[in-house]
Amino acid sequence: MSEYTISSSPHIRDGETISGIMWRVNAALLPAAAFAVWWFGVPALVNMVVGVVFAVASEYVWQKAMHQPVTAFDGSACITGLLLAMSMSPVLPPYMVAIGSVLAIVVAKQSMGGLGFNIFNPAHIGRAALMVSWPVAMTTWTKMQDMRAGVDAMTSATPLNILKLQGYDALLSTFGGQANLYWNMFIGTRNGSLGETSTVLLLIGGLYLIGKGYVNWIVPVVMIGTVGVLTFVFGPAGLFSGDPLFHMMAGGLMLGAFFMATDMVTIPMTVKGQVIFAIGAGAITVLIRLVGGYPEGVCYSILLMNALTPLIDRFTKPRIFGAGGDK
Amino acid sequence: MFRSFLGGIHPHDGKELAKDKPIEVMPAPAEVVVPMSQHIGAPCAPCVKVGDLVKRGELIGTSPAFMHADIHAPVSGKVIRIEERPHSGRISCQAVVIENDGEDSWADGLPLARDWQAMTNEEILTAIQSAGIVGMGGATFPAHIKLKPAKPVDILILNGAECEPYLTADYRLMLEMPAKIVEGAQILARVLGVKRSVIGIEDNKPEAAAAMKKACEGTEIEVAALKTKYPQGAEKMLIKVIADREVPMGGLPMDVGAVVQNVGTVAAIDDAVVRGLPLTERIMTVSGDAVAEPKNLCVRIGTKYSDAIAFCGGFKEEPDKLLAGGPMMGMAQFTEEVPVMKGSSGILALTRKLTEHGPEMNCIRCGRCVKACPMGLVPSMLSILSQRQDFTACRDSYGLMNCVECGCCTYICPAKRNIVQYIRNAKGFVRAEMAKAKAKAEQAKKEGAKA
Repeated sequence: MSEYTISSSPHIRDGETISGIMWRVNAALLPAAAFAVWWFGVPALVNMVVGVVFAVASEYVWQKAMHQPVTAFDGSACITGLLLAMSMSPVLPPYMVAIGSVLAIVVAKQSMGGLGFNIFNPAHIGRAALMVSWPVAMTTWTKMQDMRAGVDAMTSATPLNILKLQGYDALLSTFGGQANLYWNMFIGTRNGSLGETSTVLLLIGGLYLIGKGYVNWIVPVVMIGTVGVLTFVFGPAGLFSGDPLFHMMAGGLMLGAFFMATDMVTIPMTVKGQVIFAIGAGAITVLIRLVGGYPEGVCYSILLMNALTPLIDRFTKPRIFGAGGDK
Repeated sequence: MFRSFLGGIHPHDGKELAKDKPIEVMPAPAEVVVPMSQHIGAPCAPCVKVGDLVKRGELIGTSPAFMHADIHAPVSGKVIRIEERPHSGRISCQAVVIENDGEDSWADGLPLARDWQAMTNEEILTAIQSAGIVGMGGATFPAHIKLKPAKPVDILILNGAECEPYLTADYRLMLEMPAKIVEGAQILARVLGVKRSVIGIEDNKPEAAAAMKKACEGTEIEVAALKTKYPQGAEKMLIKVIADREVPMGGLPMDVGAVVQNVGTVAAIDDAVVRGLPLTERIMTVSGDAVAEPKNLCVRIGTKYSDAIAFCGGFKEEPDKLLAGGPMMGMAQFTEEVPVMKGSSGILALTRKLTEHGPEMNCIRCGRCVKACPMGLVPSMLSILSQRQDFTACRDSYGLMNCVECGCCTYICPAKRNIVQYIRNAKGFVRAEMAKAKAKAEQAKKEGAKA
């Protein structure tokens, strides 16, 4: 007679695993990461490799030291390291990236209890920590050829920087007109954090995640849409004079909306809650961009909404079957 | 088109293994083990002694309790033992062991031919009660009690969804004996006094739906094609989809005017009323990737799993799990010695390939369980709170007691968390607390009366 395994039902499971999800998210980031290497060169590659290696290594060391099962290679630490590097300047010294990775994993993730228990997006905590530690390095960008035809000059400002410090007209003249501005923002040939520049490649990665069911389309759509609407309404020349298309493609919004505001661990679990999260993140982003002291606010807006997630979850529980009320 | 219910999953259904195997009558084994508890409610007490000679269909177990269903001898022969035997739902249970004399002679007066239309409702209900019929989809609720609802009902729903993977018994029954189901449904519709009767069949069984439709021609019974989605066959989901009514929290189908019966139960009711036959056999699926020849069998109650599996060619691979029922809600068995009971819809033997999954990890809050839960719960929170032993929070803030344990959450969990197990654990604790509180209140009442 056979020895049978006894356990509670159900007795079959589907094939999806945590590492399967995590590695596919990494894969979705690859197009934008590859573009960064082509556009920004070797420093971008170095920073991404350093970010990933230090994130994975610090998770491994932590779990060994704490006598926990090692899950450092499940892909989630890799995402953290990659996202961190991608959300920072390509010319940031690699040792700073390494410190950011270690802080992200140790402070934001493992000390909270590891994957699943972290309240904040680890990559964004790493970025915020570096921002307060090395504000100058964190806002120093690549020197690149000025786009203006016939002008042989170097600029080291991101589009949002130019907008904040010199105004919208200066931005247009830098890129040589609105159509040029949009095109460069769309394909990614502009200055900025190393992984955030290419709208189209981030979209491709995001669509893949939506197709896989890891990301609810409503989150990026609502977050980016909120930014679009608010930046149009509160334009530089009075109400309804903004440039929503620019704002929707600028800064880290595409990267944040598709890859960070959708980090399942740190956002609400119900669709209703996710919509609230996305509206909040979009609104805070606009507030920081238009009113605050920083040119970009995606990182802080998502962190702030992360803090509200447990509260949102509590108030957006699904309606229990048979409970009456709205169906 | 019918509305669907929220949530649900699409597991690999494995039905191809036994789907095309016609129902085969398995000869009664040399020995049957008839447990005295095959229904929800009070267990029966044997009304025969060791050494008694019994005929097929003779009453061998009954109870004075309201909530019970009588138990009859599935074969003719000699009672050789009355003792504790393994039981597929409760580890062990008192059982009457009958040695088959091979004669298969029916008890006096059986079978008989009756015209149900000439019978009164009372006579029909008595016939159902004395045949010991229970819900044969697995819930094993005594049928005669369900058919006397305390509230007015206006719709009878026949459950032919068979949403559990691997099981094909109801499918074959609908395909091969649709007339029995239709007649049984007509009997029930009259007893309940309902105008509307609907058979719900998932749309992955078009042949069964076609057969039922044909058999229903000229009657008032409708056939509804339902979206193939687990757990479509759950009572509450079926009522929602077919009648667009939601059974209230903690309520019963009759609270929304519905009675649901499994098609197998309806066929058994037809046998009981029209032919006077007690429930002594049933149709079940023996399948799984470890079984040599998966089959749909008509087996005697009391047939040991080992006999049924041997009849299906034994194992071709080493099974890791032996299940009573389907893979989503069935119970894992520790021995092949357990017997087939009235509620046994299937025996599954699955190899490690199907049952294996990685180690349990932390919840990553992916929300897949929230999306899959047909009851609108947050299974991930229930599992986490139960793990922390915060059972009161499970009950008060997260609707613990509404869980139907369908297993959707656990099936799709990428962290391979045993969510249903955590929930059962919490429910057990809450029920124990409730029982304790009740006992305390009664004690206080007694003391109050004394003083």
